[in-house]
Amino acid sequence: MSAREDILNRIASALRDSPATPEIPRNYRRATTMTAEQRLEQLVDRLRDYKANVFVVPAAGAPAKLAELLAGTASIVVPHRLPEDWLSTLLSVGKDDAGSPAVEVDSPERRLTVAELDAVDAVVTAAAVAVSETGTIMLDGSPSQGRRIISLVPDRHICLLRTADIVEVLPEAIARLDATSPQTWISGPSATSDIELERVEGVHGPRTLDVVILT
Amino acid sequence: MSNTFLGMPTLPVFGSGNLNATEPFPKAAHRELGNAQLRANLGHATHTIRDKRLKVVAELPDWEEMRDAGSAIKNATMAKLPALLEQFEANFTARGGIIHWARDAQEANEIVTGLIRATGETEVVKVKSMATQEIGLNEYLQEQGIAAFETDLAELIVQLDHDKPSHILVPAIHKNRDQIREIFLREMEDVDPGLSNEPARLAEAARRHLRRKFLTAKVAISGANFGLADTGTLTVVESEGNGRMCLTLPETLITVMGIEKLLPLWTDLEVFMQLLPRSSTGERMNPYTSLWTGVTPGDGPQSVHLVMLDNGRTAALADEMGRTALNCIRCSACMNVCPVYERTGGHAYGSTYPGPIGAILSPLMTGIKSEENNSLPYASSLCGACFDACPVKINIPEILVHLRGEDVDSQRARVKVPTQMDLMMKGAEWAFSDGGHLNLLEKGLPLGKLVAGRDKVIKKLPGLAGKWTQSRDIPAPPGQSFRQWWAKEHRAPSGVEAGESAEGDQA
Repeated sequence: MSAREDILNRIASALRDSPATPEIPRNYRRATTMTAEQRLEQLVDRLRDYKANVFVVPAAGAPAKLAELLAGTASIVVPHRLPEDWLSTLLSVGKDDAGSPAVEVDSPERRLTVAELDAVDAVVTAAAVAVSETGTIMLDGSPSQGRRIISLVPDRHICLLRTADIVEVLPEAIARLDATSPQTWISGPSATSDIELERVEGVHGPRTLDVVILT
Repeated sequence: MSNTFLGMPTLPVFGSGNLNATEPFPKAAHRELGNAQLRANLGHATHTIRDKRLKVVAELPDWEEMRDAGSAIKNATMAKLPALLEQFEANFTARGGIIHWARDAQEANEIVTGLIRATGETEVVKVKSMATQEIGLNEYLQEQGIAAFETDLAELIVQLDHDKPSHILVPAIHKNRDQIREIFLREMEDVDPGLSNEPARLAEAARRHLRRKFLTAKVAISGANFGLADTGTLTVVESEGNGRMCLTLPETLITVMGIEKLLPLWTDLEVFMQLLPRSSTGERMNPYTSLWTGVTPGDGPQSVHLVMLDNGRTAALADEMGRTALNCIRCSACMNVCPVYERTGGHAYGSTYPGPIGAILSPLMTGIKSEENNSLPYASSLCGACFDACPVKINIPEILVHLRGEDVDSQRARVKVPTQMDLMMKGAEWAFSDGGHLNLLEKGLPLGKLVAGRDKVIKKLPGLAGKWTQSRDIPAPPGQSFRQWWAKEHRAPSGVEAGESAEGDQA
């Protein structure tokens, strides 16, 4: 008998008393009771609590804010479908101008290697959805967010988020996401509580997380 | 295969590996309690985490509703486990993942070794995983000439110090910052000799130490926090980013997961990803959670394996009173609130799973007669703090009592001659069966007073009762019993019936 059959048989035998399958009481909150402004305020508060840098700017101001954040940065990587207007200022300036970073684009045609990603200073991505109650940003690998590796290896992650994509509670975010897409949920920069159970930021993941929320 | 079992019932097949107390708990606890540094470290850490947990749990108005949902979801999972496993397998496989089944620790270790050998690699990076700790994978791989590098900070500390984990979430909870600094200075070849004991500096040293390993690793090994049956999705919950590194960079990913880790629906994650972070690290959400479903072309490992592990889980499932122990999501809230764990630490339990949940899970998975595991259900005062803290409402005290019963029954079956305990129980049966018997015994109270002597305490009782006086004294008994006193006080004076006294009216 294969291990699979063996184990399934053991389980069936263990359950020979036919335990009842209970109804699931879903009486917890599954929808928001907050206004968009309250959700925004809550998300900013929770992200800052976990030592992320948060900037709230009008949507049209995205390129200017990016340029400001990236001043002095030598190189960045972006996913191939990052909305163009977000990067237009940077791209138009070009690589050789002092003060603006070289922009590497990771695409299905040209996937950056680990070594290349390790050499860039920052990554700029969009986000699929954010949960204000927990201060969580979710990436689902769509073309505006890119492969998981690009938001992992560079030491700084700049994430752009639209207010329309902010929900209050986790169930709302789960309803928006496709389970089978490769996901990364991010709540603040990388951290550890392994030393005397005190949280300290900055271990293996990006040590700086900048969240730019576009209103 | 349906859920209805039609074949011959099989006897429970118990698990093996690092699931045993190798010496009786009282003996191990006695030794650990002698370590003042350990007690100070544990006291500090468990109190820190308790306060954090209470704060973030209090933030949610629907925490109890969430616990109710979590408990029901896990009970439903166990009730239809065969169907869910098959559903998970079909979904995970459809997206390019490969599933292996392992009856026990040995089989799981052999499968993992075979998969690593097939890649030609002799080094692997690991994400913290209880399942691989349980099966002793690192030790097995070492024997096979494969080096496994732990990448979680606490696991790294424990591995560098050639020590054992003492907590399921924070394996190095028994070490303080000064001890960790010393370990790094002693064991890390590339460490800055001026390293301070600041946690941020220690974390940075770990980052430097492991960075090159992550960027060049070809094979990673992980556990899984949840497997979602309706989508075939796996989840790893972590903080540092070492999990993301292992789950994203290598070409081959091998995950070892207990069969009880399933949840029926993707939607169920909305409950568990609220329960788990708040219960474990006392955070609203852990820094990183990774989810993957088989292989994603061009993104992450392209060779993705999952080993589904039994190793005694089906034996636990067969115990109708104990099976809810399998609902455990390994948050560690029960150990952080346990007055016994707080003092003895995790090593005293022997098993990979310490604390209140370990005291039930280990004997359920190995059988009560395995090594010294029958001593574990007694490692509790039955105060119930663990039950209150458990996010999936496992009634740990009830199962502890059930397993104590199992232990007594198994001893009785083994020993033909009546034990001291049997004789004492027989005596108690006689004494309490009749007021006259008890009265007769109580006449001996002044004798106890005599034994206690001038300091009015009894320091040592003989035989089995001596265990009680090992760690406490008994005050001298009074000169008369309550019944004797009552009879004297209520000797009916003329005209008043004894039953009509003031005390009697309260009844």
